[in-house]
Amino acid sequence: MKRTAIIISLVALVVAAQFGSAQEPARVVEISAKRFEFNPKQVTLKRGEKVTIRLVSTDRAHGLLIKPLGVDLDADNGKPGEITITPDAAGTFPAICDHYCGSGHGNMKMTIIVE
Amino acid sequence: MKKEFDRRAFMRVSAMSIGAGALLQFSPLATTARGAAMSRLFRRQNGEGTGPFSIVQLSDTHVGFQGPPDPLGTKAFERAVDVVNALDPQPDLILFTGDLTHDSDDPAEHAKRFAAFRSISGRLRVKKRMHVPGEHDAALDGGVLFRENFGETHYSFDHRGVHFVALDNVSHGKPIVGAEQIAWLKQDLARFPKTAPIVVFTHRPLFDLKPEWEWFTADGDAVMNVLAPYESVSVLYGHIHRPHHTAIGKAQHHAARSLIFAFPDPSTPEKKPLPFDPDQPFKNLGIRTISGSSATRAFAASINDVELSIREVSGSEGVMQMLREGESL
Repeated sequence: MKRTAIIISLVALVVAAQFGSAQEPARVVEISAKRFEFNPKQVTLKRGEKVTIRLVSTDRAHGLLIKPLGVDLDADNGKPGEITITPDAAGTFPAICDHYCGSGHGNMKMTIIVE
Repeated sequence: MKKEFDRRAFMRVSAMSIGAGALLQFSPLATTARGAAMSRLFRRQNGEGTGPFSIVQLSDTHVGFQGPPDPLGTKAFERAVDVVNALDPQPDLILFTGDLTHDSDDPAEHAKRFAAFRSISGRLRVKKRMHVPGEHDAALDGGVLFRENFGETHYSFDHRGVHFVALDNVSHGKPIVGAEQIAWLKQDLARFPKTAPIVVFTHRPLFDLKPEWEWFTADGDAVMNVLAPYESVSVLYGHIHRPHHTAIGKAQHHAARSLIFAFPDPSTPEKKPLPFDPDQPFKNLGIRTISGSSATRAFAASINDVELSIREVSGSEGVMQMLREGESL
C-alpha cells in the first residue's frame, strides 16, 4: 500500500513537472527588419531555453531564415511573424532575410548565438 | 557495370566549361531498338523525333548592374554573344537561366533594363531563346515585367527527343517553386515514360548548396521527388555565379558561370564577389554549351563550360551523363 502511494506520488510529480514546463512562458525576442538590415544584429539564446522569436517588419515583406534552428519566418509591414523554439545545441548560426527585398538584400543578415 | 550502362543508353550528355556560359551537346543513339522506340515516342507526341543538336546556357547577365565587381557592365554579355555567334555549327537553342536584368526600385528603369537585355540578346544568330527569371528579374514585382517580355515564368517543350522544363523558383519573393507549380510539373511529366530524357532549367539550385548564402530552394526536395522516378534528369541553373556540378540520386545538377561577376567557392566564409581584374576582365565568367556526337548507340550529349576569357577555352569539367532509353514505351 505504502509502495503504491509512493509510485503515485512520483508519477504526480513527473506530470506536474512536465505540465509546469509546458506552461512556462517563453522568453520573447523581437527582431526588427527593414531594407536591408535586422535590428539587433546579434541575439544570444540559451540552450534548452524556450524562446519565441518574433519578426517585425517596418517597411515591406522580409524573411528570417535560420535553417539549423528550424526558423523560417515571414513578416510584412504590420504583419509580424513568430515561432517558438527550444534550441538544443550550442553554436553560432547565421540568419538571413530570404524574402528578396531589393538590391541590398544579399547583405541583410544577422547572427544567432546559442550558448 | 559500365557495359550494362552503355547497353541501355539512349542519350549521352556531357558538359565542358568554355567561359561565356555553357554549351550542351545531345546526340541520339538511335541505332538501338530502344533508342528508336524513344525517337518514335517523341515523333508521335509532337511530330519531332530525336536528332543530334546542341544548346547554349547563358546566365546572370544582370543588365543594369553597376559596381566595383564589374565596372564593364554588359561587356561580358556582349562578348558572349560574339562567342556564341561564332560557333559552327550554331546551337539549336539558347537557355537563359535567370537574373537577365538587375532590379531597380523604379519600374520604368527596370523596364529599360529588360529592353537593353533584349537588344543585346537580339544580336544572337540563334532565334530560339528560352528564359526563366531570377530574383533580380521577378521577385519585386512577382514576375510582371518578365511576363511582359518573355511570357510565362514556367513552361515546358520538347526538342528533338529531349523534354525541357522551365521552373520558376524566384517570383514568390522567397526561394520556392510553390505547390501549384509542383502539381503542374507532375501533370506535365505524366505523359512520359520514366526513361525519357529530361532537362530542367531554373535559376536557383534545387538542393541545399549553401542555404546561408541563399543558395537553395526551400521546396527543392519536393520538386526533385517528382523528378525522382525519371532516370535521365539534368538540372541546369545559375544564381551562384560559378560552375558547380553535383549528382543527387539519378539527377545531375549543373550551375553555369555568370556574365557579370563571380562569387567565391562556397567553402569560403564570406560571400563577396571576386574582385575585378583589369588584366583579365572576363576571368571566371562564361557560357555553357551542350552538344552531341554522332550516334553509335542511342543519344549522347556533352556539356562544355567555356570561360569567357582571352584564352577562350579553359577546360572540361569532365561531366558525362548517360540518358537511358525506356524499358517499355
